Amino acid sequence: MDEVNIQHEQPGDNEQQYMTFLLAGEIYGVDILRVREIRGWERATRVPNAPVYMKGVINLRGLIVPVFDLRERFQLDAENHHDAVVIILRVQSAEGEQEMGVIADAVSEVLKTDSSMLRAPEFGGRVDTRFMEGLVPSGERMVMLLNVDKLLGGSVEHSADGMAVA
Amino acid sequence: MSIDISQFLNVFYEESFEGLAVMEQGLLGLDPDAVDGEAINAIFRAAHSIKGGAGTFGLNEVSEFTHTMETLLDEIRDGARGVTTSSINVLLRATDCIQHLLKASQEGSDVDQATIETVSSELEQLLSSEDETDSDKVSVDPHGDSLDQTLQIDSESMRVWSISFKPAPYLFTTGNDPVRLFSELADMGDVDIVTHTSRLPDFNDLDPEQCYLDWSLTLRASVEKSAIEEVFEWVEGDCELSIELSQDTALEKTMVTDETASEPESAPAENGPSPIKDTQTRAPQQKTTQAKAQKKANVAENSSIRVGIDKVDHLINLVGELVITQSMLGQLGEVFEINALEQLKDGLAQFERNTRELQESVMRIRMIPISFAFNRFPRLVHDVSAKLGKKVDLQVSGEETEVDKTVIEKIIDPLVHLVRNAVDHGIEAPNARLASGKPEAGTVTLSAAHRGGNIVIEITDDGAGLKREKILGKAFEKQIITEDDGERMTDDDVYNLIFHPGFSTADTISDVSGRGVGMDVVRSNIRELGGTVEINSTEGQGSTILVRLPLTLAILDGQTVAIGEETYIVPLASIIESIQIKPSQINMVAGKGETFKLRDSFIPIVRLHDIFDIKNSIQELSEGLLVIVEDSNGPKGIFVDRLLGQQQVVIKSLDANYKKIPGFSGATILGDGSVALIIDIPEMLRLATQSGPAITYPLTA
Repeated sequence: MDEVNIQHEQPGDNEQQYMTFLLAGEIYGVDILRVREIRGWERATRVPNAPVYMKGVINLRGLIVPVFDLRERFQLDAENHHDAVVIILRVQSAEGEQEMGVIADAVSEVLKTDSSMLRAPEFGGRVDTRFMEGLVPSGERMVMLLNVDKLLGGSVEHSADGMAVA
Repeated sequence: MSIDISQFLNVFYEESFEGLAVMEQGLLGLDPDAVDGEAINAIFRAAHSIKGGAGTFGLNEVSEFTHTMETLLDEIRDGARGVTTSSINVLLRATDCIQHLLKASQEGSDVDQATIETVSSELEQLLSSEDETDSDKVSVDPHGDSLDQTLQIDSESMRVWSISFKPAPYLFTTGNDPVRLFSELADMGDVDIVTHTSRLPDFNDLDPEQCYLDWSLTLRASVEKSAIEEVFEWVEGDCELSIELSQDTALEKTMVTDETASEPESAPAENGPSPIKDTQTRAPQQKTTQAKAQKKANVAENSSIRVGIDKVDHLINLVGELVITQSMLGQLGEVFEINALEQLKDGLAQFERNTRELQESVMRIRMIPISFAFNRFPRLVHDVSAKLGKKVDLQVSGEETEVDKTVIEKIIDPLVHLVRNAVDHGIEAPNARLASGKPEAGTVTLSAAHRGGNIVIEITDDGAGLKREKILGKAFEKQIITEDDGERMTDDDVYNLIFHPGFSTADTISDVSGRGVGMDVVRSNIRELGGTVEINSTEGQGSTILVRLPLTLAILDGQTVAIGEETYIVPLASIIESIQIKPSQINMVAGKGETFKLRDSFIPIVRLHDIFDIKNSIQELSEGLLVIVEDSNGPKGIFVDRLLGQQQVVIKSLDANYKKIPGFSGATILGDGSVALIIDIPEMLRLATQSGPAITYPLTA
């Protein structure tokens, strides 16, 4: 009985919602269910010997949460973070569920999309697509959907070295 | 209708381990020359409830094993059997076996069948053997029993009880099962059961959830009426019950065999009545008093924790106060006028006090008495001294001292080592003791106390003490120090050599200790906990080992230090001193390694700003400060810009949301809400010496 009702309530089987944000003029999206909160940028405590895009740790109501700079992660032009926002995401990693922050320029909107609209990211090998789930059109623009777990969970450090070399 | 009993399984394990602790303590306290009836009763009750629980949860191995043990205990309790040192030892081994079986079933690990069978056959041998020589035999005084079981039961006289049991039809809905009652009776002696089916209705009218049967039973056992009534305690009021003594003839005592066939599981089904046969004598079971015995013991190693109700009440009170303060502040905030500023300040002060008390109170919930760790030592000393042929008296004090559960769990191994050492190396053999004018039995004292923010554990023995020359000789031999060093060293310094890796002064390497991997591991374990260990000794009079530990691992006393624009916490426990140095004190080794001369030694300097790659920090050594810390390789000077202050910090884990960061034990939140990393000094020094300032991660993209 319950299941039937739930199915009726869902607008479409394949619809998913993404939260989009701006980063160096580009639009990225993450699964909205992974977003825990959005907060203004505040200075993080630097962690020695961490990868350069790991901006440090912040105090999230008593929890120590690491913050990553996506601009540096994606090798976009670095910028100061005065107006930036930190999106706290739930990440599934080898350690279990963790909370991590990513720095974005600004939060944009909630994007509803059908999974059939998803395109595989093809850039001819020049762009690192390991963290991409796919591309979806939003109006005139393309939104790059990020896979949070691949981006932040598990093999964060190894891929970091790879990127720094690349 | 069926209830999932697996959810109670953990409670059963926990209670069983407590019961085992009670049994062990009781057995160790048993003196063959003067048996305490209450002690035997406590052991028996613990065994009985483990057996009962194991039966309920289908752990047949456990219940069968415990059953044999229980039979033996029962005979001791009835005075039918004396207590000997050897039977105590067998019983102790049997408790080990039960613990092993329970652990195996809890963790799903393999059972060491060979040991179980050996002990089990030892128990049975003991059971089938006639009572030992008269000199060993001691009868138990049942008057020592705190229960109302004051009548001496003559085990030679059997009584025949006839019982008529007519349960109300709704008996099953109360959760009672006649089969269980009958098998409990069968545990007491011979039972003949006759089932009356006269109340049974037509099959069509039969409600399977009703009980239509009634029974008449004949019990031949040497028990009192009260014991039988106790069996029916739970169904009282739900049945018509009569218990009468049908014959008072003394029957010949049934021979005890090792038959264990009549466990509850193997009892016949209720509608197929057949006489339950058991050839063992059994005395009453005192379910109601089991809780009392269990309260004494502490929770076994488990993820759950038992908290005293007073602590919870205190917590609730504090939360209540916090709510009141919060509503006061809330009201103040709604219509705030500037003249209410004073009130606001008061409110905030109260709020702060509430919060701090709440924090302390919550911390206290994690605190458990150190008896949790101390409880195992009577057994350990008993075993070790027996093995070594020494007589050792263990005195324990301060068991009620409370320490964080994590600290207790981690201190057990080092303490075991220290106590074992005290018995093995400290206490001399009995004739050597007599020769030096000491009492034959040595004394090992184990005490715990709160001192400041620490807990201090002292292990004292009145044995031979440490011999300076012997330690020095060994140290030269192992090339730990040179002879020159040796002459200059104070006694305390010499004694501390025993904590050096690979040091062991035992003349013969015994089975018990002396493998040379002891004391350094003890020290490093204690250091990991943020504690220290010291040794004091007087030759010929004994030694004292002082272990100082923080009360909790969740909070530490930290020294905040500044390096460049960054703030770090150094645990205060690892700091020896902080000094400012003059350029003249600095020496360069091979043009790179910097050392400085402090009193008589050269101390290497570790530049934290290099290791942590901190910019804008002070480079000139004489402008900053050196924090002297020590690891297993001696003292090091850590160079920082300046010291900021000391404070208690709450340790937060870094790996909860990120991962472990080499060189740091965690992070904390400072007063301004920012995060500061806590330096793990030994690990940081290891990093500094192993890889130097070479950074493994790329610094620029």
